[in-house]
Amino acid sequence: MATEPIAEEIAGTCVDSYGSAIGMPQLCFDWFPNQIFWLVITLVVIFLVLSRVALPRIAAILAERQGTITNDLAAAEDLKAKAVEAEEAYNKALADARSEAQRIAAEARAEIQSGLDDAIAKADAEIAAKAAESEKAIADIRASALESIQVVAKDTAAELVTTLGGEADAKAINSAVDAQTKG
Amino acid sequence: MATETTTAHGGDQAAEGSSLVFHPMDQFIVKPLFGDGAVGMFTVTNVTLWLFLAIIAVVLLLVLPTSKRAIVPTRMQSIAELTYGFVYKMLEDICGKEGVKFFPYVMTLFMFIVCANFLGLIPTSFTTTSHFAVTIPLALAVFLTVTILGFVKNGAAFLGLFWVSSAPLALRPILAIIELISYFVRPVSHSIRLAGNVMAGHAVIKVFAGFAAVAVISPVSVLAITAMYGLEVLVAFIQAYVFTILTCVYLKDALHPSH
Repeated sequence: MATEPIAEEIAGTCVDSYGSAIGMPQLCFDWFPNQIFWLVITLVVIFLVLSRVALPRIAAILAERQGTITNDLAAAEDLKAKAVEAEEAYNKALADARSEAQRIAAEARAEIQSGLDDAIAKADAEIAAKAAESEKAIADIRASALESIQVVAKDTAAELVTTLGGEADAKAINSAVDAQTKG
Repeated sequence: MATETTTAHGGDQAAEGSSLVFHPMDQFIVKPLFGDGAVGMFTVTNVTLWLFLAIIAVVLLLVLPTSKRAIVPTRMQSIAELTYGFVYKMLEDICGKEGVKFFPYVMTLFMFIVCANFLGLIPTSFTTTSHFAVTIPLALAVFLTVTILGFVKNGAAFLGLFWVSSAPLALRPILAIIELISYFVRPVSHSIRLAGNVMAGHAVIKVFAGFAAVAVISPVSVLAITAMYGLEVLVAFIQAYVFTILTCVYLKDALHPSH
């Protein structure tokens, strides 16, 4: 602010000779052309800057972001569907494997069973054969043993008779021993 | 542009009352930036300086931060996008899809006023939007745009704006006169609201600043300045918002003149 009085013609009608405002500077019409001129220039510049550069650019950024978000959402949806598909395939494979395993187990069980049956039948036959053989052997042994007993009994009887001082009658002894051993 | 609180030209009066000299309006004086000549139409003045700073502020806000076109925005790019979305949504909500083609125009008004208002809050700055010479052309431009657009788009049907068809027939002529007056008062209220709010706040801050020269009440004065400054920050944004939203409302009248 000037502290010295200034020339009246420079001060004009809106500023007093000390540089202070007379009334409202807003109502000083001397300054209007200047303000309006520069205002118009400013507005035109801002309008051009906004409409040519700033606004299209921001609109493009926003559209691009919207597009990116939409794409990402679609991709996420896609991946989700794929995951569901994969889970289904996994479950199906699991069920298949389980039924296959059951089938294999049943087959193996049947195979083993049939083998076992064969072996048991064979073993039974063998056992029967062996038993018949043994029975025959036992019968033989028993027959031969009986014979031996008769011979020993006759000999023993003859000896007993002789020792007792009698005459060993072979015929009588034989019939006696036979009679005794028959029962 | 400190308020003159000394007895610069008040002589050598020692009385305390006369040492308080307020010049709250001196901050609004237009003067040449170079030299002391008179202010002609093309003189480079402090008005020029602060208007051009508003252009730079718009560029710094909307052009530079978006130069990288990042999908994931930086903070400044977010601010630019939010500002864009704020004005775009305001215009679309009020005027509908048809109004969108006026978006650059409305955005220019909003960005200019909001930047000029906030630049005016810088201490010692010059507040361009406190001048009727700035706000009247802005409001007149809106008024002329709306009027011309209304007639070009709707023809004589635009006059239906003044003929309130929902009112009783007897009342309609009276209402038409009231509507006509209110229509022509629009640019006046539109411009004076903005300049008046901004000017009043700045002048009040200057008055409080004048009281700061008295040591006893200077703490109160500083507190008052701080409070007023906070209020002015709100006013700076709200007045820009009000001016823009009224522009949208007036544009809606031109696009859809039926009540």
